[in-house]
Amino acid sequence: MKRGLIGLVPPLIAVAFAFIVGALVLQVTGYDPVEAYSALMRGAFGDVYAVGQTLSRATPIIFTSLAFLFAMRCGLFNIGAEGQLIVGALGSALAGIYLSGLPPVVHVSLALLAGALVGGLWGLIPAVLKAYFGAHEVITTMMLSYVAEYLTGYMVNYPFKAPGWVAQTVPIAATSQLPRILQPTQLSAAVFIAVALAALTQFLLHNTTMGYEIRAIGLNMTAAENAGISVKRGVLIALLISGAMAGLGGSGEVLGVHRRFIEGFSPGYGWDGLAVALVGGLHPIGVVLAAVLFGALRSGGMVMTRATGVPLDIVLLLQALVIVFVSAPMLIRLLLRRVGYKW
Amino acid sequence: MVNLLDVLNVGLFAAALRMATPIAFASLGGIFSERVGIVNIGLEGTMLMSAFSGVAATYYTGNPWLGVAVGVIVGGALGLLHAFLTVRFVANQIVSGTGINIFAMGFTAYMSQVIWGSRGASDSVRGLGAVSIPLLKDVPILGKILGTHSPLVYVMLIVTVLSYIVLFRTPLGLRIRAVGEHPAAAETAGINVYGIKYLCVTLSGMLAGLGGVFLSLGHLNLFAWGMTGGRGFIAMAAMIFGKWMPFGAFGASIMFGLADALQMRLQALGLLPPQIILMIPYLLTVAVLAGVVGRALPPSDYKPYVKE
Repeated sequence: MKRGLIGLVPPLIAVAFAFIVGALVLQVTGYDPVEAYSALMRGAFGDVYAVGQTLSRATPIIFTSLAFLFAMRCGLFNIGAEGQLIVGALGSALAGIYLSGLPPVVHVSLALLAGALVGGLWGLIPAVLKAYFGAHEVITTMMLSYVAEYLTGYMVNYPFKAPGWVAQTVPIAATSQLPRILQPTQLSAAVFIAVALAALTQFLLHNTTMGYEIRAIGLNMTAAENAGISVKRGVLIALLISGAMAGLGGSGEVLGVHRRFIEGFSPGYGWDGLAVALVGGLHPIGVVLAAVLFGALRSGGMVMTRATGVPLDIVLLLQALVIVFVSAPMLIRLLLRRVGYKW
Repeated sequence: MVNLLDVLNVGLFAAALRMATPIAFASLGGIFSERVGIVNIGLEGTMLMSAFSGVAATYYTGNPWLGVAVGVIVGGALGLLHAFLTVRFVANQIVSGTGINIFAMGFTAYMSQVIWGSRGASDSVRGLGAVSIPLLKDVPILGKILGTHSPLVYVMLIVTVLSYIVLFRTPLGLRIRAVGEHPAAAETAGINVYGIKYLCVTLSGMLAGLGGVFLSLGHLNLFAWGMTGGRGFIAMAAMIFGKWMPFGAFGASIMFGLADALQMRLQALGLLPPQIILMIPYLLTVAVLAGVVGRALPPSDYKPYVKE
């Protein structure tokens, strides 16, 4: 897989192909693709409110895609960002509810830390299983996502359930809220944390010994081991940080958007993250840009569904098509050559 | 324990065999794919697509067996796509498989709304029903466990044996294993490496497809969104636990089937919150992977093979 900004070109073509196939699906199932896509665009970028909602949806996706990227650079497939995001969200919610009497800055920081910590520990489980027992992280991270869903579901249906019918916690304390920065949209200060984290990721990977070791393991595990790098330690650190990043994404949703933990609050931000990391060419800057695109799909998708009746799941379909096309750059090259382009 | 006997009875083992069926099908599919050096993490999505298309075909034709055929064809097509992307275009196997999984989630939910107007579940369709095996069903205990099931349960038992015979008792099986273990040597020996890879990964999709249609047409007689519930991944764990051998994978599938059956019965008893009980199969999968697998050697290094 190509890395760096130059690697952004084939993913963009992949996105274009995905939209073309998506248009075919819309056409065949009786919807007007032009109408659907223009409603999508309007809903995503039509006015200030739309842009705010798009950036708000992009925020958790930046976190989860950085999580996928970071583990991927160590050669690990963390496909369980969804679970790490959910447990991180609950961690932040509980810190927001039960810590009290703190000044706002301290309380918010502690609540964020709680999310990162819980998410990181959730990521550390498959890391330990991988490093010491050889269990493949693709299966364990996925299984732990299901466990996270049911475990948090249990928490907010029983011990931490707010009075009422909805499976959710009580609201977090006002001192732990991340400020909304573009009322009336849901865009919160979490977006700044997300962008800062992207910069930090780039710095960690390229300007620290730890980052160097992680990339070395990702490029060639045997060679790294022979060079005296501890692969076990690398795996543990990579998935700990990866999980913490996804967990922070959950924190941002709880502290900035919902102000409490609600069961099923994530429409699949973990999966978005995977697609976004690939489309972003596994580069932090590319990831931020690609996250805006996918945030646009999420927020514009809602408007499209309301305006044209197209099922919202077309968005998921588009994502999958992007992944399939991105997975095979050689396929894109061939398709382009067929229609007469040399590349 | 008041209701212990309600939980641990012959019916439980019959249910275990039933719940093991989709996992066993998919894990056999996983074996064929990994034996030629391709990880098929798309088993989950393949099952979901087949479960859906089986119900859709039955909905339009009224014939559940036609639904099974369509489900298997769709599974095979997804397997072929995975082979195409990973063999011909050297795509990353995990990325391609994940693409198939997400595609399945999106496509089935989308089409379910287009066809039935509901994201959650389809209309009920005619299922495959159950068959009884004469004589066997009258044997005490064993008859209760094995005697009456969906026809696909028996198909699964036959396919397990067939997979073993094909892989370990035929020249084709030798070729398949050679392709996974040492593709360059296999090529030198005149084996069509790419051909065998395409064949086996397509077969892998078809087998996962059988597991999918079992869930929808052999079990619930409808399609529900996400009804595979991670069974494709559990099947991969069963495959690894069974050391990539058909009977081993079958045995591991029975274990996971038992956990699933137990889980459902415990839920019915209502002693524990459902969320806690629902975690059991997933935790068991993680435990199994961590406990035994450290020493399980995969049949291939899964590196893409590019002809010289």
